[in-house]
Amino acid sequence: MATIDPVTLAVLNGRLEQIADEMDATLFRSAFNPIIAEAHDASHGLYDAKTGETLVQGKSGLPIFVGAMAFAVKAVIDKVGRDGGLEDGDVYIFNDPYDGGTHLSDFRLVRPVFRGGEVFCYLASVGHYHDVGGNVPGNYNPVATESFQEGFLMPPVKLFEAGRFRQDILDILQANSRLPGSLYGDLNGQINALDLGVKRLGDLLNQYGEPTVATAFSELKDRAAALMRAQIKGLPDGTYRARDFLDNDGIVDEALELNIAITIKGERMVVDFTGSAPGCLGPVNIARSTTVAACYVAMKHVFQDVPANAGVLEPIEFVIPEGSILAAKAPRPVGGYTETILRLIDMVFVALSDAAPERVNGCAYGTINALSLAGHREDGRRWVMFSFFGGGHGGHPVGDGLNHGNAPISTATIPPLEILEAAYPVMFRQWALRDDSGGPGRNRGGLGAVYEIELLEKHADAFLFGERGRFAPPGVVGGKPGAMNRFTYETATGDAHPPMASKMVGISLDRGQAVRLETPGGGGYGDPHDRDPKAVARDVRLGFVSTEQARDAYAVIFGADGSLDIAATETLRAETSQ
Amino acid sequence: MTTKRTALAGVDVGGTFTDVFVLDEAQGTATVAKVPSTPSNQAVGFLNGLEQGTGDLGRLRTVVHGTTVGTNALLERKGAVTGIITTKGFRDVLEMRRRDRPKTWGLWGTFEPVVPRDRRVEVDERVLADGSIRTPLDPEAAKAAAKLLLERGCEAVAIAFINAYANDANERAALDAVRQVWPNDHVTASYLLVPEIREFERTSTATLNAYLQPPVARYLARLEEALAEQGAESDVLIVQSNGGVMSIETAKAQPIRTALSGPAAGVIAAAHIGGVAGYPNLITCDMGGTSFDVSLVADGQSALAAQTSIDFGMVVRAPMIEIVTIGAGGGSIARVDAGGLLQVGPESAGSDPGPVCYGLGNDRPTVTDCNVVMGRINADRPIGGKLDRLDVEAARAALTKHVAEPLGLDSPEAAAEAVIRVANAKMAGAIRVVSIERGHDPQQFVAVPFGGGGSLHAGALIREVGLKKALVPRYPGVTSAIGCTIADLRQDFVETWNTLVDDLDTGALTDAINRLGARGREVVEGAGVNLDRIDRIVELDMLYVGQTHTVAVPLALADGEAVDTVAIGVAFEAAYTSTYGRLLKGIPMRLMNLRVAVAGRRPRFDLKLLAPEPGGSIEAATTGTRRVYVDGAWHDAAILTRLSLPVGARIPGPAILEQPDTTILIEPGLVGEVDDYGNVLIGEV
Repeated sequence: MATIDPVTLAVLNGRLEQIADEMDATLFRSAFNPIIAEAHDASHGLYDAKTGETLVQGKSGLPIFVGAMAFAVKAVIDKVGRDGGLEDGDVYIFNDPYDGGTHLSDFRLVRPVFRGGEVFCYLASVGHYHDVGGNVPGNYNPVATESFQEGFLMPPVKLFEAGRFRQDILDILQANSRLPGSLYGDLNGQINALDLGVKRLGDLLNQYGEPTVATAFSELKDRAAALMRAQIKGLPDGTYRARDFLDNDGIVDEALELNIAITIKGERMVVDFTGSAPGCLGPVNIARSTTVAACYVAMKHVFQDVPANAGVLEPIEFVIPEGSILAAKAPRPVGGYTETILRLIDMVFVALSDAAPERVNGCAYGTINALSLAGHREDGRRWVMFSFFGGGHGGHPVGDGLNHGNAPISTATIPPLEILEAAYPVMFRQWALRDDSGGPGRNRGGLGAVYEIELLEKHADAFLFGERGRFAPPGVVGGKPGAMNRFTYETATGDAHPPMASKMVGISLDRGQAVRLETPGGGGYGDPHDRDPKAVARDVRLGFVSTEQARDAYAVIFGADGSLDIAATETLRAETSQ
Repeated sequence: MTTKRTALAGVDVGGTFTDVFVLDEAQGTATVAKVPSTPSNQAVGFLNGLEQGTGDLGRLRTVVHGTTVGTNALLERKGAVTGIITTKGFRDVLEMRRRDRPKTWGLWGTFEPVVPRDRRVEVDERVLADGSIRTPLDPEAAKAAAKLLLERGCEAVAIAFINAYANDANERAALDAVRQVWPNDHVTASYLLVPEIREFERTSTATLNAYLQPPVARYLARLEEALAEQGAESDVLIVQSNGGVMSIETAKAQPIRTALSGPAAGVIAAAHIGGVAGYPNLITCDMGGTSFDVSLVADGQSALAAQTSIDFGMVVRAPMIEIVTIGAGGGSIARVDAGGLLQVGPESAGSDPGPVCYGLGNDRPTVTDCNVVMGRINADRPIGGKLDRLDVEAARAALTKHVAEPLGLDSPEAAAEAVIRVANAKMAGAIRVVSIERGHDPQQFVAVPFGGGGSLHAGALIREVGLKKALVPRYPGVTSAIGCTIADLRQDFVETWNTLVDDLDTGALTDAINRLGARGREVVEGAGVNLDRIDRIVELDMLYVGQTHTVAVPLALADGEAVDTVAIGVAFEAAYTSTYGRLLKGIPMRLMNLRVAVAGRRPRFDLKLLAPEPGGSIEAATTGTRRVYVDGAWHDAAILTRLSLPVGARIPGPAILEQPDTTILIEPGLVGEVDDYGNVLIGEV
């Protein structure tokens, strides 16, 4: 293998990241559906020719894919190993969630890069399509008991064969979607991104030569592993645990227990999920590869310097019990994978808060809140408004949590309500921060949001897939939990709530009726009684915290005129600390 | 006899220096002045500079000003106490942003909006997306809201209603009502500033405009007074972030348009200097202490971005010169991470404490320290005049400890070169972002470094990216001031249409183009400035139905010519192909926004005014030699006084050209040539 000097390595690191970033940007700008274009639910990278391991991944793609895409490329490598027939100019397409992770909505395109007749590496693109069939528009079917009810499944097949586009494959894809135009547009964007990646990587290989770039790949992986080992070594040895629950699986109204034990020993880490619930009927199962990917996202939030390549996972051993909710096999439904991985990420934060309280934060709002409203217009055209909603981030060592942030697994922005109102027959009555929702703490959790949406057409059905309706986002280091998720819909006989808290299909709405989503705040950081009473007074003045919550959670008292009563506050704090 | 008012002055007020460029075409003179900035009252430095530059303020006909007053007020959060009046149910739009976070990795973000919630007041009103009014506005409610904000200490107010882009009636009524009770002019309505769909972006832009109105208007009024006191009767024009200039009255009402005033002027100057020198395709590179700013000029036109974030959550929706910024400047710190990889920036030592060689307390090596250790910067004559000499030994020690030892390199020079290569690679990355990533061939482009540091890196950058040449303007330190004297008058308009091209009322669209064009012409002509001609630029933001991001589609349309849907379709497909590659078959097209800009082209001065006086020679300009480290070895480089070099001089590398505001490195294998205008062109031998 060629040797590489440290400077060329640093230069190539930047060049390779830029290729992946540019592929991301190409798809984001040209995609049709807002989940990719606005929410950036997509990712691109370069993957090892033999193992599929992540070599380089774009910085702006959906974080969860950083861990998951390696498994997807491996699925293609295994398929080629079985069936043969790989040619230059081939592009594979598939969405098998058990062989490459996540859920059916995520379509992967995998393309080999040939140099001198051999595969040098793979490029891949993944994006979340607007609709891939199944029982529920938008595919977040909270009552699915088999993946067949969540959408259609495409195993790895060739979309391009030696550079020739296969229209028959596109025909199959479009025939299975409620929004075939959107699907075509997104697919076209992914093809453009891969074309661009092949061209850019070709230029780089011509400039530096294959041996040097190949050496850079392996060096970068080794250095990522070294960096991760150094990070782990900085934590005190020991076993750190956390337990949390999912509300239910959407089918059976029972809480699902999840357990994590993180053991640090020297520069190794073991992440053990023993004691987690067995596979469930409803769609909150996740594949083993998705579990690993979720842990990777959590680690990257805590250790921000570690790069996005396979080396990071080298010093970590995973124990994921067979048959558990975290090691799903076909045809267990996995459509709600986002909810389960968000919970795992929260658990990593809580567990590590015992090992390194100065490095973690309170948990974020912890649910994607996939809400779709769908119906037909008067002229018969179908419409589907599908979006994810925001909530509060956790308080952290240097400040209060961010109000109305995006989920830790994504970098998604929310579509402007004016865009939604222009595109769909709805009107928002309210779009606001949710008072009293931030978890109390020395540094308060960020506020969740309130969205109230009225229907302007004659009739529509609403579907919700959310979580944290029964178990609030925890605080850390003495911080308290944020407010729980709450969903309300109007009926002819008054307001109603889903029996499963945050999961429901087929909510029937007539013109003038509305749904109201109140999302969780983030968990607090540190003891709320240590919060500066002046900061609490400011929160009260702005309406973020009520005087009741100020008294009960922060032990801060206000006089009849609304001014801060320092003496009463000190007395109450002294009493309650005993 | 009264003095003839024939001089045109460009004034760029930066953080450290105020640069003035005075052009008197009647007398055939160009003068450069540099005086210290006076941050507490920028008007003082402004006048000092003008006096030094002109000798007699009575000579001034026009003063064009690139200002950072607005930029700094935004970055330092020093705008006015501002309030917002908005639709019932939506007071938190500003604070909720677009549900983002500052960094992809790490969840430690915070955000304080410039207007806290107790100064965001709701009124009962509602317009629907189709423009119909569901709830009309009661003007008394708007007045009551305004009075409440006044009680809470507000000096400025923004009015931003949901769907005001679709129908501005309620917002217009609120504006009228608020004006009746508001004691000053600092009232901004979103529909007048950005009549475009997207409530957060529109609210944010209107709010930041209101936030800037008092400080910018006060500053500009002080300038006018100071000039009047000195007996100067000149017109004052202000550079906008889109690279055009506007009248002082427009700037007071719409100060948000000055958010990138200073950098925009630099890009305009570079575009003109490059164009005159025969290079219409340029990449401008401004290297400062903490950042490296890059902008692209293609075929003489600078790229405009429709929207810019000044800081996390501080979004301005207005056309601005597109500038890509990365954290690589002279003060960027080099380190070896725990995985053994060399990293440069984004952490920076800034100018205080600054690089190790400044001796002001920083002990971690920076890019400037590397240039000092490699002999590229003259340690005995630092630029800026703040220090007597630079501490080379301290810089060498820092590089040995923090870079050479962890990487196993055998000397501080080798460590310095490694850092410079990584820094150059980062800068090259920024250049690729604006060029290759936008589909431009770098071999057609020339790098124009300006500011203090860029000229040391220009040679390496053209090699790394494969650019044609580098062009160092004769006075790189005053490029922005020169740009002020060149910039055109410009007025931008946007309207949201959100219509299928198949359903388009082309008559109405033609009318809208003509109406906006006429309004722009009125503003531009009203500025009372000498113009060569007035151009109207029409652009459509378009997309396939189902997409959310638009493509900018230029429409070639003569004055009075009607639009037709076939031409629009052809123009869209051409723009789409060049942006993304593949077209989509059978999917209808949508027109999202109409953009009309009116540009009053100002007469350009003859850049030969800047050219070296005849009679100089290379021999006379040579001051000696210095050892310079390049490509792993020390070389004896000739040192020359740049401003004394004659037209046509050819300087082969290795050589260093010194001038008061910058240092130019010509690496071995490259050659520098002085062109007819005094620019130095660096290219392969």
